[in-house]
Amino acid sequence: MSTNNTVSENHSTAVNHEHRDDAGRKMGMWLFLFTELLLFGGLFLVYSIYRFMNPADFSNGSHHLDVFMGALNTMVLITSSLTVALSITAIQKGNAKLALRMLAVTILLAIFFLVNKYFEWGHKIHYDLYPGTDLFKALPSGEGLFYVLYYFMTGLHMIHVIVGAVILVFMGKYISDGSINSSNYTLLENGGLYWHLVDLIWIFLFPLLYLIH
Amino acid sequence: MEEHKPHIVEYLTNIYVWIALAVLTVITIWVSEFDLKLLTVAVALGVASIKATLVLMYFMHLRFDSKILTFMVLITMIVFLSLIVFTFIDYSYRA
Repeated sequence: MSTNNTVSENHSTAVNHEHRDDAGRKMGMWLFLFTELLLFGGLFLVYSIYRFMNPADFSNGSHHLDVFMGALNTMVLITSSLTVALSITAIQKGNAKLALRMLAVTILLAIFFLVNKYFEWGHKIHYDLYPGTDLFKALPSGEGLFYVLYYFMTGLHMIHVIVGAVILVFMGKYISDGSINSSNYTLLENGGLYWHLVDLIWIFLFPLLYLIH
Repeated sequence: MEEHKPHIVEYLTNIYVWIALAVLTVITIWVSEFDLKLLTVAVALGVASIKATLVLMYFMHLRFDSKILTFMVLITMIVFLSLIVFTFIDYSYRA
C-alpha cells in the first residue's frame, strides 16, 4: 500500500497510478463467459434430448468418430490452457519474456488444434458425410441429427478457438509494448479466461461426442 | 474494503493441475472401452466435471479470487442444470 500521504484525503485507498477497477473488469469478463456457457449449454441440451430420443442412432454415429483425433485435440487444448496459465504466472512475477514465449506456444497449439480439425472434418467430407449429400440423406434420421450436431458444436467451438487465438495475439502485442506488465495484467487474465472457457467446452464436447457409445 | 493482494499461482501448481487433467483424460478414454451400461454417461460426465472444476479453480483462479465470482459461477451452473433437469422431466413424460 502507498504511504504517500499527500494524496487527497477523500481517496484513502488511492495510489499513484491511473484509476482502474481490476475486480470489475474481471467480473465483466465472467458475466460474458456465462453468456457463452448458455450458448453452448443450449446446444448441449438439444444434443442430450435428441440422444435420449434416438439412443441407437446416436451410438452408431459416435462410433464413427475418431477417438484418437478427439483425444489428441483434448491433450492439445489442456496443454494450451497450461501455457496460458503459466504466461499469467510469468507476467505476475515480472518475467515478460517467458510470458510472451508461453503465449506463442499457446497460439501454436491453437493452430495445431485447427489443423487436426481440418483433417478430421476433411476425412468425413471426403466420404460425403456432410448435410446435403445423397449418402447423408440415406442415413437414419437420428444419425443425421448426430452429425448435424457434431458439425455445429465442433464448428462453433472451432470459431471460438480462432477468436481465442486472435485475442492471444493481441495480448502478446500488449506484453511486448509494455501495456501489460507485472502491475497491470488483468487484460491478460481476461484473455486467459476466454481461452480456458474454450478448453472447458471441449472438456465436455469430447466425452459427449466421442466417448459415450 | 477490497483487498489488493494478488495471489500468484506457482508454475509447479499449474503443472500439477495439467498432469491431473492429462491423467483424467487417459482414464476417461480407457473407461469408455468397457460397457458400463447405464453408468457410461455418468462416468464420462463425472470425469469431465472433475476436469472442469480443476480448470475453474486453478487455471481460472476461482480458488484465489474474490468469492463473489465463485458464487456467480455456482448460480449459473444451478440455472443451467435446472434447464436440463426440467426439460428432461418434460420429455420423459411425453409418451
